[in-house]
Amino acid sequence: MSGLPTVATGSADETRQVAAAVAALVRAGDLIVLCGDLGAGKTAFTQGLGLALGVTTPITSPTFTLANRYVGDLVVNHLDVYRLTHIDEVNDLGLHELLDDRSVTIIEWGDAIAGALPGGYLEIRLLLGDGPDDRLLGFRTVGGDWVDREPALALLSGAVPGDGSGATRC
Amino acid sequence: MSQTRSTVGVTPVGDLVLAIETSCDETAAAVVDRARVVRSSVVSSQVDQHARFGGVVPEIAGRAHVERLVPVVAEALVEAGLSGHELDAVAATCGPGLIGSLLVGVSSAKALSLVWDVPFVAVNHLEAHLYAALLEEPDLELPMVVLLVSGGHTMLVLMEEHGRYRLLGSTLDDAAGEAFDKVARFLGLGYPGGPAVDALAVEGDSSAFAYPRPLVRENPATLPEDRRFAFSFSGLKTAVLNHLRADPDAATADVVASFQEAVVDTLVTKARWAVEATGVGSVCLGGGVAANSRLRERFLDMADGAGVRAFLPPPSMCTDNAAMVAAAAWWQLQREGPSPLDTGADPNLGLRLVP
Repeated sequence: MSGLPTVATGSADETRQVAAAVAALVRAGDLIVLCGDLGAGKTAFTQGLGLALGVTTPITSPTFTLANRYVGDLVVNHLDVYRLTHIDEVNDLGLHELLDDRSVTIIEWGDAIAGALPGGYLEIRLLLGDGPDDRLLGFRTVGGDWVDREPALALLSGAVPGDGSGATRC
Repeated sequence: MSQTRSTVGVTPVGDLVLAIETSCDETAAAVVDRARVVRSSVVSSQVDQHARFGGVVPEIAGRAHVERLVPVVAEALVEAGLSGHELDAVAATCGPGLIGSLLVGVSSAKALSLVWDVPFVAVNHLEAHLYAALLEEPDLELPMVVLLVSGGHTMLVLMEEHGRYRLLGSTLDDAAGEAFDKVARFLGLGYPGGPAVDALAVEGDSSAFAYPRPLVRENPATLPEDRRFAFSFSGLKTAVLNHLRADPDAATADVVASFQEAVVDTLVTKARWAVEATGVGSVCLGGGVAANSRLRERFLDMADGAGVRAFLPPPSMCTDNAAMVAAAAWWQLQREGPSPLDTGADPNLGLRLVP
């Protein structure tokens, strides 16, 4: 919304590069919600973000474990609510306890539990593009101080080299 | 059954271990004698409860464990023909897994160990999977290579001796079992996805579609060292989904057969590389995906070709069970003695590795 760009990527590595650029805007206590189909690159995005935040251990899918925790410059909480179908179950993840001033929390499939999320987050929607490895990343701020960071988010389309050509495809 | 005390090493350690496993969606209890003889192994699965949600729901899992644990432990004791006071130790899986589920097993095991006045042993779930093969073959020669494949993990481990593990490689993104589940869910095959894919693949042509074999090369030396024994199933999963989106009429049996072949090919090739690189004489399989019939067949062929002994736990010991936990606990007692009663459950617990 609000004039934020759609960023086109042509590979999982490019998605990681965009995530690294987002990492530069991240502050302790942030919540980021990732949405998109199976295979859209949600875990790849988290890998790029975590690496840029100094996480050196491999970031793997949290689908089975539901919540993984990594320590870098900040603590990175990586959650996956793919297998949760009831809002009540979100309470079991202890989301409110994870959101503190030392960590950034990323939730895959978070759009499914939007009603249970605390206010103030960045939503990133990963859509499948034309080619098998093409993705379109849409950004939306939902309350909180993310709104103040919109000008910086607007510059993200420059995060991937040759992005301009990709963006014209859609 | 013999109830004589063993004196392996220097510390005499009791023989009869009751173990409790509640890390995910199976409530299990077992009594195992000297890590060799399974006196009883009871598994109460919650799969029917979870099936309609398409996965494991933590709140349901935790509640079901509470309801089922006492009858499951009682049944394990009755089957073993023992009372609690005759046991020598009580063990429980303390991680990794779902925190709410782990806590049920860990707290119960601690309480039982206090009531019966026997040592408590906290067991790593991944280590327990490594021990599943040793239940059948207690005199298995170490070192050996273990391919551990489940819904949450995919790794190649060099087991140098008991309690001494070297990680050769693990998945960089999705576990193999997760790829099975997600492809199955996309195709509407239900939960859990592994057995559904296994059954349907038999009717399909495994060479119908050429899906990628991630991080596999003709010559392993052409891969960077840190990728040689690593796995990556996220791209393969995406390749299958992309294919299905582009060609929705593709025969489902052919799709799952080709997908399964790509996963199995990747797992077996890397296991062979690990055997060749380490020079071990035996190789074994563990974890829920080790119940896959095609993986078992190809794994045996690979071991034959490489001239090493292969050990495949029966499918009932591949999926989560408490007998493997009891076996791991017995060996751990020999090495380290009991665990302190303040040992907590750790959802992110990893294998303790040698550097």
